[in-house]
Amino acid sequence: MSGAEPLLRIEALEVVYGDFQVLWGVSLQVRAGEVVCLLGPNGAGKSTIMNATTALVPRHAGRVSFRGEDLAGIPTHGLVARGLAHVLERRRLFPTLTVRQNLLLGGFNPAARAHRSESLVWVESVLPFLVERKDQLAGTLSGGEQQMVAIARGLMARPSLLMIDEPFLGLSPRVIDEILAIVERINRQGVAVLFTEQNVQLALSISKRGYLLESGRILLEGSGREMLEHETVRKVYLGL
Amino acid sequence: MIYGQVLVDGLIVGLIFALVAMGLSLIYGVMNIVNFAHGEFMMLAMYFCFFLWILAGIDPLLSTPIAAVLMYFVGVAVYRVLIRQVLQATMVAQIFATFGLLLFMQASAHFLWKSDARTIPQSWVSGQFQLGGLFFNGPEVVAGAGALMTAAALYWFIHRTETGLALQAVAEDAQAARLMGIDSDRVFGIAWGVSCAAVAIGGGLLSTYYAITPLSGARWALPAFVAVAIGGFGSISGAFLGGLIIGVVQTAGGFFTSPNYKHLFVFALYLLVVFWRPYGLLGRR
Ligand SMILES: Nc1ncnc2c1ncn2[C@@H]1O[C@H](COP(=O)(O)OP(=O)(O)O)[C@@H](O)[C@H]1O
Ligand SMILES: [Mg+2]
Repeated sequence: MSGAEPLLRIEALEVVYGDFQVLWGVSLQVRAGEVVCLLGPNGAGKSTIMNATTALVPRHAGRVSFRGEDLAGIPTHGLVARGLAHVLERRRLFPTLTVRQNLLLGGFNPAARAHRSESLVWVESVLPFLVERKDQLAGTLSGGEQQMVAIARGLMARPSLLMIDEPFLGLSPRVIDEILAIVERINRQGVAVLFTEQNVQLALSISKRGYLLESGRILLEGSGREMLEHETVRKVYLGL
Repeated sequence: MIYGQVLVDGLIVGLIFALVAMGLSLIYGVMNIVNFAHGEFMMLAMYFCFFLWILAGIDPLLSTPIAAVLMYFVGVAVYRVLIRQVLQATMVAQIFATFGLLLFMQASAHFLWKSDARTIPQSWVSGQFQLGGLFFNGPEVVAGAGALMTAAALYWFIHRTETGLALQAVAEDAQAARLMGIDSDRVFGIAWGVSCAAVAIGGGLLSTYYAITPLSGARWALPAFVAVAIGGFGSISGAFLGGLIIGVVQTAGGFFTSPNYKHLFVFALYLLVVFWRPYGLLGRR
């Protein structure tokens, strides 16, 4: 594989719910080791892009490839073993299972299971609170803790790309800072991250690049600086 | 002493209800489908053991494990052929699917084997004994013990194995489970297989003393539905507890009034629980 081939490549993606089209020819890329944010207001279609990428919703048109492999026809449960992990919006932990069981499930696929105990040591070193809370039911954790477990559960698969849908949703500023630090820490370990967020400044503070989505179309893309200096972003999203 | 006898008899029969109820609860918990035909798989296992006994002289204790293995595959097949088609359908369609399956299986049994009651009068476990002033019927004790062992095995499978963990994950959040690399379709098939195998063990053990007709399974499944509701839909431990309660209430009610009324107490208890705790004793939400 050539070094130029991005990790994730989405081309001209269209998604239709019933007779309501939500995505109109969306293209985006994430390269190995990058942190990329997907910005846009509520209802723009950010979650739909991620859910269509992992085949949770059908792709009406377009092409998604991961590490050069076309994902057409590959079911959701076949993706994590290929190195693509997806943390759903609102964390979606298994609430009546323990923190430890949630983590073990993150490394459930046969490829990851082979070195699951090492992965456990790794994520518990990145997030030490996981050890103290290992026997607590996931549903009884605070929102911030749940987000951390969700991220850790994704990491248990040793992914090359971790997609996180709204990692900061409903969290206090202090916890947001913690999550930001965690994202940077896992990125330094070589994991690429694609995440969605509505707050432009917050998202671009840790992203190398960003995409701005509106009503199912990519409005603009660029480096963090380019985006922050863009006229539309300044007017509409930063109120300057 | 008579109270002791009623309690013990109730618990023994309750263990069978518990096993039947656990299988029902397993499928409901994993995929939110109520399998109205659950008792019919039990009935099939009863006939299977009866015919092996009458045609080949094989004791029900030996044919029960064979019935369980066979019914595992029947369960997986029913999932693949029928249930998969209604997974995304409305609840009404799902009810018609499994209720239709009940009618189909009962009618087929009537057609193939007539409605005559069949019995296995003599088996390895026949006989009675007395222990500590209580009377025991061999076949009932063995059936109860077998049901308890199967229930324990089911609990172990769900809570102590990797496949059981996958089952619990799918039950809690099927989408999230798929993202963990779990093939939910395969897990659904396993749930049907395990549920049918468990109820087949109940049927095989019952065939040593219970009259076998096309309706025999339904007679056990109906109170088991109540057990599931009492325990809390989807809770395996709740179903077990509910089964024991049903067994004791039914036996005591029948004993102190008339056996004709024994179901009355079960359904009265059900209404009580529904009013007092709509989600059952161990249910969530
Ligand atoms: N399952 C669904 N069925 C129908 N419409 C949906 C469904 N999921 C999302 N939508 C609609 O698609 C649009 C995009 O939703 P979503 O991708 O969740 O946006 P975002 O994540 O950017 O807030 C919204 O208008 C939403 O109402
Ligand atoms: Mg969203």
